[in-house]
Amino acid sequence: MPNWGMAVDLDRCTGCGACVTACHAENNISTVGAEQAARGRAKHWIRVERYWEGEFPEATLKFRPVMCQHCDNAPCEPVCPTYASHHTQDGLNAQVYNRCIGTRYCANACPYNVRFFDFFNPSWDKPLQLQLNPDVSLREVGVMEKCTFCVQRIKSATIAAKAEERELKDGELQTACSQACPSRALVFGDLNDPESEVSRLSRSPRGSKLLEDLGTKPKVAYLSREA
Amino acid sequence: MSHPPHQQINRDLLRPLLQTSWRFYVLVALPAAMVLTGLISWLSQVTFGFGISGIRWPVYWGFYVTNFVFWIGISHAGTLISAILRLVNAGWRRPVTRCAEVITVFALMIGAMFPIIHLGRPWLAFWLFPYPSERLIWPNFRSPLVWDFFAINTYLTGSLLFLYLPIIPDFAVARDRATGLRRRIYGVLALGWRGTPKQWHRLETAMQIMAIAIIPVAVSVHTIVSFDFSMAPVPMWQTTIFGPYFVAGAIFSGIAALLLAMAALRRLLHLQAYLHPVHFENLGKLLLVMALLWGYFVFNERLVTYYGNEPAEMTVFWQTQRESYAPLYWTMVVCNFVLPLILMGIRRFRTITGCIIASIGVLIGMWLERFLIIVPSLGHKYLPYSFGTYRPQPVEMIITAATFAAMILLYALFSKVVPIISMWELKAGDHPPADLIPPATEEHPIGELRL
Repeated sequence: MPNWGMAVDLDRCTGCGACVTACHAENNISTVGAEQAARGRAKHWIRVERYWEGEFPEATLKFRPVMCQHCDNAPCEPVCPTYASHHTQDGLNAQVYNRCIGTRYCANACPYNVRFFDFFNPSWDKPLQLQLNPDVSLREVGVMEKCTFCVQRIKSATIAAKAEERELKDGELQTACSQACPSRALVFGDLNDPESEVSRLSRSPRGSKLLEDLGTKPKVAYLSREA
Repeated sequence: MSHPPHQQINRDLLRPLLQTSWRFYVLVALPAAMVLTGLISWLSQVTFGFGISGIRWPVYWGFYVTNFVFWIGISHAGTLISAILRLVNAGWRRPVTRCAEVITVFALMIGAMFPIIHLGRPWLAFWLFPYPSERLIWPNFRSPLVWDFFAINTYLTGSLLFLYLPIIPDFAVARDRATGLRRRIYGVLALGWRGTPKQWHRLETAMQIMAIAIIPVAVSVHTIVSFDFSMAPVPMWQTTIFGPYFVAGAIFSGIAALLLAMAALRRLLHLQAYLHPVHFENLGKLLLVMALLWGYFVFNERLVTYYGNEPAEMTVFWQTQRESYAPLYWTMVVCNFVLPLILMGIRRFRTITGCIIASIGVLIGMWLERFLIIVPSLGHKYLPYSFGTYRPQPVEMIITAATFAAMILLYALFSKVVPIISMWELKAGDHPPADLIPPATEEHPIGELRL
């Protein structure tokens, strides 16, 4: 059984935002418009956090892409009254949209604020509605949604490999964000495979987890900046 | 002021049931219109989407959860206070208990609506119930929201029984006085009460059991409501003090609500001969005690956080202490601590008017307390990039106002069909005149008190 995880090399991240766009396109994340976005209704399953250090003109800018950390000890899971938020066997922190009744408790419990509430039924600015992904279900008003590690890609790749009676190769399967990342800052893969690139990077001495001291056991490793 | 004879008690307390003035219709029509407006607001939220509220990323709980905790807190007025006063056999409780128990039942009903109002998909609220389904899916018993469901239902059932039991003999009196359809309805509600010694004995036993059983239930309910917060790893939420802190706050706001209800009843139903200033004084002293207890809890919570100096917690701490939420925070401290301390601590101010002012202050302060627990923490959770604020929108304000109107409406309707003061308990206690009711703090040798 694989254990999906990710490594983020902050040295490589340029903050271009391609991951955010790719994620929106892959996962049918509805655009809410400028006005609603200003009211805090934008849904970015992955976001690039910007932190300024120092005073202008000596200021430096640091980026940190943040998506669901798929914690092994996820605070969002026990608080959900309907099991909409639960853990899968391959280590994903899954969200069952059809089971969600919208208490939003999971989002409050999440220390990373990576869970998003659907304030309206989904809609897209034209012509974005023409590029919806048929493999991803739409979310109706009143449910929570979040990064799935592109579970639809995981499923189709696993099924294809099984049909051909072979093991999944490392790198064969990519999430939308890691595929779109031009500087290869985002690496996705199986943490149970010690030879995989993500395992290798996660073991790096530069690596740390986000808000690790909260004990959530996140599965995304951040490799600190050296440059 | 002499104490009214039994015939007078019946006349005075059944009057609202038998006569209706135009003022009653005004008192019902205004809140009813407000409740209707609230209902329309909620339906428009369901129709147009939750987006019309002010809830936003990352502050996903706002006015609705504040109201939920506030009303469940108010519900601790009745049952707990009246159960404790019954158990310690405080004679002065007799005209007070029923007004208090009614607050409990209605406040619980209103409070219990909020978990449904705040749901993203309220039409699926029944998924919180452990009903047998063919898919064999149960609610998640690890979730504090499911604990809430059970706690509130237990408390509502218990307090309904606790309210209903002592009304039975009064229903019988109303039945004997009424005619026609009313007589039949009161007859059903009186459950065939004839006033035989056996019936009295059973009633006393049942009430004794309920008075004891309801206290741990009441304490557990608000502890479980506090678990909604203290179980989540959110700065300033995850603290062991929340259980007792919430229970103390709940009783505190409950007493304030009770004092206001008593003052309104005394005025509107002309119950000056039953609700004496000394009742207000006694409950005012209780309010003072709870204000001190509340102050202790807040001081404790704040000092421990400050001394611990954990960065995420300190961010929220300073937000409430001296940044954007500071005006609300210090209003809360004045309303909940300074005001009751002055008005209830100085004998000269411990009048009915003083009690009313202090109670309004406490209600405002306790509402703010819940708001300040929920919103600043959610808006300042760990990663500074995801900090946010919250602005309530009209739909939330209207629904909030509508719940207060709902309380007035339900209370007015109830006092129209049920004697708001327990008639038989007054008679059984040989209701003493005001100057014979001992102040709560006066000492008496055991056995000397005639209750």
